[in-house]
This record gives sequence, structure tokens and C-alpha cells, in this order.
Amino acid sequence: MEAAHAHDDSHDHAPSGLMRYVTTTNHKDIGTMYLWFSFTMFLVGGVMALTIRAELFQPGLQLVRPEFFNTMTTLHGLVMVFGAIMPAFVGFANWQIPLMIGAPDMAFPRMNNWSFWLLPPAAILLVGSLFAPGGGPGAGWTLYAPLTVQQGMGMDLTIFAIHILGMSSIMGSINIVTTILNMRAPGMTLMKMPLFVWTWLITAYLLIAVMPVLAGAVTMTLTDRHFGTHFFNPAGGGDPVMFQHIFWFFGHPEVYIIAIPAFGVVSQVLPAFSRKPLFGYPSMVYATASIAILSFLVWAHHMYTVGMPVEAQLYYMFATMLIAVPTGVKVFNWVATMWKGSLTFETPMLFAIGFLFLFTLGGFTGLVLSVVPVDVQLHDTYYVVAHFHYVMVAGALFSAFAGVYFWLPKWIGKMYDEKLGKIHFWLSIVFFNVAFFPQHFLGLAGMPRRIPDYSLQFVDFNMISSIGAFGFGLSQVFFLYVLLKAIKYGEKAPQRPWEGADTLEWTHLPSPAPYHSFEKAPQVK
Amino acid sequence: MIEDQRNANQRMMRKLVVMAFMMFGFGYLLVPLYEKICDVTGLNQVVKADEVSNTQIDDTRLINVEFDSNSRGGRWELRALESKKTVHPGELIEVMYELHNPSDISVLGQAIPSYGPAFASRYIKKLDCFCFTQQEIRAGETRQLPVVFVIDPEVPSEVHTITLSFTMFEVEGRGAINDGS
Repeated sequence: MEAAHAHDDSHDHAPSGLMRYVTTTNHKDIGTMYLWFSFTMFLVGGVMALTIRAELFQPGLQLVRPEFFNTMTTLHGLVMVFGAIMPAFVGFANWQIPLMIGAPDMAFPRMNNWSFWLLPPAAILLVGSLFAPGGGPGAGWTLYAPLTVQQGMGMDLTIFAIHILGMSSIMGSINIVTTILNMRAPGMTLMKMPLFVWTWLITAYLLIAVMPVLAGAVTMTLTDRHFGTHFFNPAGGGDPVMFQHIFWFFGHPEVYIIAIPAFGVVSQVLPAFSRKPLFGYPSMVYATASIAILSFLVWAHHMYTVGMPVEAQLYYMFATMLIAVPTGVKVFNWVATMWKGSLTFETPMLFAIGFLFLFTLGGFTGLVLSVVPVDVQLHDTYYVVAHFHYVMVAGALFSAFAGVYFWLPKWIGKMYDEKLGKIHFWLSIVFFNVAFFPQHFLGLAGMPRRIPDYSLQFVDFNMISSIGAFGFGLSQVFFLYVLLKAIKYGEKAPQRPWEGADTLEWTHLPSPAPYHSFEKAPQVK
Repeated sequence: MIEDQRNANQRMMRKLVVMAFMMFGFGYLLVPLYEKICDVTGLNQVVKADEVSNTQIDDTRLINVEFDSNSRGGRWELRALESKKTVHPGELIEVMYELHNPSDISVLGQAIPSYGPAFASRYIKKLDCFCFTQQEIRAGETRQLPVVFVIDPEVPSEVHTITLSFTMFEVEGRGAINDGS
């Protein structure tokens, strides 16, 4: 284990093979591990989603028992949010932040290693809960009391998994904030940072602020379950609705924790392929910061139906609508960036434009849901499911795809097959819409979410949705093929394959980026 | 230079760690905060005695009040001795519930009322209720428990039926559950 004591900025004394990855403190290795981990979890969560869609292909119960169906909806949510999307963007942060600000590595390389290696045990606990006596957690990813207080051991495993994931995120965030604030190359002022770095700075602060609150909420659930406390048990003076308040105090900022780094990636990709600088850079920074601040003030719009006074509903409704303003600023700036640019449509650009269209659509359905009387009707229907999949999948995931295609040449030094990348894009966007667009209609017609059966009038749209879901799932297996082909047979990438890309990793570093980069900080003008 | 960098990073980390711990504390602080807000705004005050200011009986209206009960956990049986009453708003009403513990251990329970329609909770003014206190009931014991309330005459005119329902929850981990004590 002497490698664990190895010098922080060691020069290639690293052990080879598997131990290289267990002991690594290199931000590029850790970034790569984060990305592969998140892709693995993405496939695991995808199989869960397909179990749900297979059951919903026809009305009645065909494949799984209702309890197992509940477990699938719960774990699909938790795995995708905490196992796939968040680690994917942390992976981007690890790879890109040091490269984009001209730092040799992250501020705390060993803590970085630990942040990553906490994830696999957490994932094992989460997925392993399926095999616990009594089955996995079935209370929905929001873990509402009192269901969570009543379930079997699988819930305890889930709670511990969330504790560990939370610790990992907090450590990762501390690392990111410190790196960005303390280790920028000389001359790179805050307002000269690439927007991706800005979005991560803001996201990391959000994470430090809300992950501990989630940890508190699940700890309360745990002590309610085993140690005789009554936070959520009305008999002992607690209140299950209070769980919802605490959870969504975390949960709403969490939505932006997922979305804001996605904004960052898109803000790098769109200017590069428009061959124009990002339109309205300062307003982008301020808009991102205002979205982050507003995210703390709107949580109860997830719970209009718990019986809150109409004054509170009005406040949350207007505050929620207010978020559309900075978000609108961002969308406007992205469109203005493309305006009169000399556009080309390589795969990253296609995914970024797909993001722009579909994320905005998801934003609009969010605006619809913010209206109290409408939401009371649509609460917990498939309309909500459609809404958040438009912002999570077509928003965050598409932006992650854009980022992978965009930076892959810098990471592995090889180009992906442009034709296959484009096929991946078109398959994804078509099947995504086939899967999720009909869910708007299902929700408007009143189909409730998280129920394994439905009445007959919903049959057609559910069939279409399930076909779309399977198509979308298979497209991602195709993505794996595109990736592996690029890694194995890709053409050698030039230092700067995208002519409009002008951040430090493209202008100063060869492709692939060397294992140790920017040991001498570049001078930024 | 490198040493400076390291010290600056350490300082930054300490600040951020403190911030994370403070937010963990804040999560717990939300609990009393939430209770305080409910107290101040009068939300969710279902197990406290109400004050009745308007004692005018409205003879012109009749309201059906239905009495319902649920027992969660199955250790006991809770039922209302009468299932329905027709009353005037403003009239003082007393109803008896009966709690029976058929199991062979004593248990501590707390009744929580709920109302149908939900907004009726604002108009049912409870002067006395067994839900104001926790009930410790011994093995095999049967106990009669009163509820005394007034329906506020302000109740909207479209309301003709109100359901008052009590659910008995077990208070786990508190109080003795020793047999025959």
C-alpha cells in the first residue's frame, strides 16, 4: 500500500493495472472513473425504467408484482439522480475544471480519490437493497414518510446509501470550490472563467448547502424507524408533512444541481460550433446565480396538495414563475449566440440544440405546473413524469452527451465516428419524444404515476410510450458501441478539432491531454 | 509558493466543512421552526382545545355529523358509540368513542382527528377531546372516551355533512409497555 503514501504530484510512480485506479489522485483518472461509473449506473437505472415500461405496455398486471413495481420506480429515480446524472457531471468537473482554469490538478487530490471510491459501495447498498428481506424501498425516490418508516430492511440500506452518496458529493464540492477559487491560472479573473466553470462553482455551493439537509432528513427517518424518535409520526407529536418540507428544501435545489452544470456544458458547446463568443456572458453568470438563489425559495410548489393556506400557495406560485425569468435570459442568450453565427452541426452541436429545444419545452410544462389550480389537477399524474423527464433526460442527459462528444477528442486523443454520433443523436431524440411526449396526454387525461395498472382508455399512449422507451434504451447501448469504437479505432484527433473552441484545454494542450498538465500555469490575457 | 497554496486550500476547506455541518444542523433546525410556524399561523392545530367565541345557535340549519374511526397497527379497536348525529351549528355536542385493547400487552396510543371535507377542521371547535392526551390502555381494558365540540355557525352554507374521523396511532418507544402494569 505504499502507493497510498506516494507523493501528491508524483511523476509516473503510479502502480499499473487495477491498482492505478484504486490509488490514483490524478484528476483525469478520477474523472474517467466517475464517467464510467455514471454510465454503468445509467444502464442499471435504464433496465429498471424498462421494467416499468414493460409492465405498463398493457393494462393489468403481467410481469411484476405491484410491490416490485414500486421498488422499480423508487430505485430508478434514486439510481438515475444520484448514480448517473450527478456523478456524470462531477466527472466532467474533474476532467475539465483543472484544464479550463489552467490548474495542475484538483485542490485536494486524495480527497478526490475518496469522493469517487465512496460511490461504488453506495451503489452496491442501493441496488443490493433489492435482495434484502422484504424487498427494496418502495416509497418513491422522494422517500416520503410515513411509508419509509414502515418498510423493511431495504429502506435502511437505501438510507445508508444516501448518507454515503451525500458525503461523496459534499467532499467533491469542497474540492471543486477550492480548486476554482484558489487555483486559477494568473490572469484568469472570475469573470474570465469559462461558463462551465462558473456553473460548477455555483452548483458546488448548492450541493454543500443542501446535501447535509437531505442527510438530516434521512437520518430522522432512520431514528424514527429504530430509535424511538417521532419526527414524522403524528402519534408522538411529529408530522409526515414536515418530511416533505425538509425533503423539498433539499429537493428543489437538487433539480438545479442537475440542471446548472448542464447549462454550463451547453454554454461551451454552442459558441464553439457557432464560431462566436457566448452572447451576454455576464448576464449568463448572474442568471445562473439567481436561479440558484431562487431555488431555495420555491420548494413547496412540489406539495401544493398537502393542504397549505392559499396565501402560501400564491407565494410559491409567483416565486416559481419568477424562475422563468433568469431561465428565459439563458435561453435567449443561447439563441442569440447562434444568431448569425457560422453554424456547423457536428454531434455535440446537435445534442446541444436538442437540449435547447426540449429543455425549453420541459421548462414550459414546469411553468404550467407552477399554477396552483392546474397543479392540483395534474399532481402526481404522468404530466409531471413527462415534465421532469424533459428537463432531466432531454435537459441534463442530452447536455452530458453533448459534453462527451465535445471533449472526447481531448480525453482520449481520438475522434469518434461522426456518422455514428449523428445516428445516436437522431435515435435518441426521436425515441425520447416517442417515449415521453404521449405521457403529457396521459397525465392530462388523469393517469396517476407510480401505479402498475391503468384503466383502458390509456392503453394506446402507454404502448407508444413503452415502444419509445425501449428504442431509447437500445440507442444508449448503441452509444456504448460508438464510444468503444472511438477508443479503439478512432482517428487521431488534432489539438483543436473544433475550430470555434477557445478555452485553455484546446489552445494550450495537445490531444490527448497529457497525464500531468499545466504544471506550469499558463498566462491568461 | 506551493506551501502558500496548500495553506490557502486548507483554510478554504475548513470554511466549507463548517458550512456543511451548519447546514446539517439547519436541517434539524427546520423541525422546531416548522412547529413554530404552525403554532403562529394556527395551522395543523388538531390536538389542542379550541376557544369558542360565537355561542349563537343557528336554528335555521341542520348539519349531519358522521363519526368514523380507524385503528392503525391492529392492537386495539376504536369505534364511535353512535355513527351519526344531526345538529344545529353552534350547538354543544358530546359523543362517546370506545377504545378496547384485545391484546395481552398494554399500549400507549394517540388519536389524530381528520375531517371530511378537510376545510371543516376550521369550523369544528373541540372543547374537550380524548385526542388531547395520549391514552395508555392496559391489556384487555375497555375505555369510553368523550369528544365535546361545537360547529362554528360560520360554516359555509353548502356544507350539509361533516365527517369526523379519528385514527389511533401507537406511540412506539415511549412509555411502559409492560404487561399488567
